[in-house]
Amino acid sequence: MKPKQVNQKVGKLLIYVTLIFMAIVSLLPLYWVFATSLQLPSYQNETMEQPVNYVESTPPKLYPVGVKEYFHQWQKREAAKDAGDASQAAYHDEKMKEVVTKTFEGFVILFERTKIMKWLLNSLYISIVTTVAIVLIDTMSGYVLAKKNFPGKMLIFWSIIATMMIPEQVTLVPTFMMVQKLQLFDTHWALIFPSLALAFGVFLMRQFLLAIPDELIEAAKIDGASEWKIFWTVIVPLAKPAMAVLSIFTFVLMWNSFLWPIIVLNDENLLTLPAGLKTLQDANLASFKLLMTGATVAAIPMIVFFLLFQRYFVKGLSMGGVKQ
Amino acid sequence: MGLAHLTVGTSPLDGVGYRLSSQSLQFYIHNYVLGLEGKWATLETKPVTTNKVEQTAVRNTNSLLKRMYKNRVSYFFLMPKLLFFFLFMVVPIVWAFILSFQEFNIMGSTWVGFDNYITAFQSNVFKISLWNTFLYTIVTVPAFVITALVIASLVQPLGKLSQSFFRAAFYLPTVTSMVIIAMVWRWMYNYRFGIFNHIIGWFGIEPVNWLGQSDSALPALMIMSILIPPGAGIIIYLAAMNDIDQSLYEAAKIDGANALQRWLKITIPMLKPTTLYLVILSTIGSFQVFTQIIMMTGGGPGNATETIVHVIYKTAFRDFKFGLASAQSVILFFIIMVFAIFQYRSLRDHH
Repeated sequence: MKPKQVNQKVGKLLIYVTLIFMAIVSLLPLYWVFATSLQLPSYQNETMEQPVNYVESTPPKLYPVGVKEYFHQWQKREAAKDAGDASQAAYHDEKMKEVVTKTFEGFVILFERTKIMKWLLNSLYISIVTTVAIVLIDTMSGYVLAKKNFPGKMLIFWSIIATMMIPEQVTLVPTFMMVQKLQLFDTHWALIFPSLALAFGVFLMRQFLLAIPDELIEAAKIDGASEWKIFWTVIVPLAKPAMAVLSIFTFVLMWNSFLWPIIVLNDENLLTLPAGLKTLQDANLASFKLLMTGATVAAIPMIVFFLLFQRYFVKGLSMGGVKQ
Repeated sequence: MGLAHLTVGTSPLDGVGYRLSSQSLQFYIHNYVLGLEGKWATLETKPVTTNKVEQTAVRNTNSLLKRMYKNRVSYFFLMPKLLFFFLFMVVPIVWAFILSFQEFNIMGSTWVGFDNYITAFQSNVFKISLWNTFLYTIVTVPAFVITALVIASLVQPLGKLSQSFFRAAFYLPTVTSMVIIAMVWRWMYNYRFGIFNHIIGWFGIEPVNWLGQSDSALPALMIMSILIPPGAGIIIYLAAMNDIDQSLYEAAKIDGANALQRWLKITIPMLKPTTLYLVILSTIGSFQVFTQIIMMTGGGPGNATETIVHVIYKTAFRDFKFGLASAQSVILFFIIMVFAIFQYRSLRDHH
């Protein structure tokens, strides 16, 4: 190998090492959420003088201790069996069961004693309803703003775009009053309706549909299709990629929204996951293990969702105009 | 299955027509989606002799009402969006400005002129929150953009598989809710059990009460923001980098420029619009910092981590001073506007 080649190899290796280190740093907090949700709370075996709470240990344990402890007890049990010591074997068997129960007890407590199942379903319901509604009405309006000419078209378009510049906090108080006037306070509609006013989807759909050739629409018209039929048979099939991007971003936005839900929802049964997690933390009754178990339940659907639709996330961000 | 009359590539209104079945229209759509530039599929096209298309005469529709009536279908399509847009966007925005000049209480609202604005600027907490938010932005925005640029530059030359792996690894933490991230970071900063004090312990540094001391609470929040990977920024930069014309690099290579020079002289200048976009976007975002505050410090200790949005939230929904909160949010809006315009101009004029 020439020195130059060696240099390049070393350079590549350095890049990889740097990136992997950065990736570990960025994923560590998430990893810790999961690890803590499976961490052993107070536990004592034959070698310990008193029970140890691994969730709050100094230095912090970076992996669920139960995994190691289970294996350790299993070894002891097998050794006892070989030695023919039945009572000892039974003891270690008990310990193994205890380790398993304590490792997963966070999830059991969470689903039995808190409303997390309700919150999960609320989050799902609100995110799905909002996403379907937004995609439908934004595709409809994006289509006519891209392909039709009518009085006031540009005025409507620019006024919708202009609101993208305005931070959501400006409309916080008036929207709250509006929600009260419409008697929607403490209902899920209070979360769904204001989201349907967002401008981003209209902008995205219009940009995308501008590229569709007019002849297609003309041809369908001559075929005698009504506008409604044209929309469903010509526009919607073509707009699918943009609709997918819009669905995904709306879904994530709704799933993670936090400020608005904690303002308009009071009833514990109506909360969404992020708002519910806040009440868990505020209650101060929940141990850290329980909080992290809740966080795990809230995070996993999003992570699966992202891994399934990664392509569209990248596409959507590359189109631009998406807030982080 | 109606009949249509069309010539390839011209308007359907003139010349010889072809019969075009819906089936072939489907075929056209299919081709279009596949990216085969639209050529009509002449599956069963027979020239039709007479049968002219009904000419929609372009009448002088001078009157606006007539034109609007003709386009009634378009308005119908826009209606649902406009309904929500009007109720929950237009009205609230106008109302926010009106509210900011009013005092709101149980009895109703009274006009108070600029009193709310004066109160806001005289309030110590609000001034502190402005300053904190400003500091937070000054520190975190450059960190966000530079980190994104560096990571994207490192990832870009790698193979497809490595690229998508790192893209996922850096974007993943940003799809999980900030609420979750804040909860775990609060624990990581814990005085006794936190990982941070453990790590600085390796270097012999005394444990720090990160979120419990007024001089370290805001820096702790900044560190958190810096260490959360700029997932969106990385993806946007990567897309922009892949669009840069490769011949520029080859020309520079021939001229004997090394990798670093190529990066400084080609990549960074070519990415200017992307950088501008990200700077403005992350500035707007960091001026609205809220979730971390309410989940981790509640604005404390003292007012050390009070931010604008957290003050607005407290003013409106703890003290129910809607007029004052509206004034504060209008101030926030103008600050963001001024910043965005300033950044836009200064970065644009650098060309």
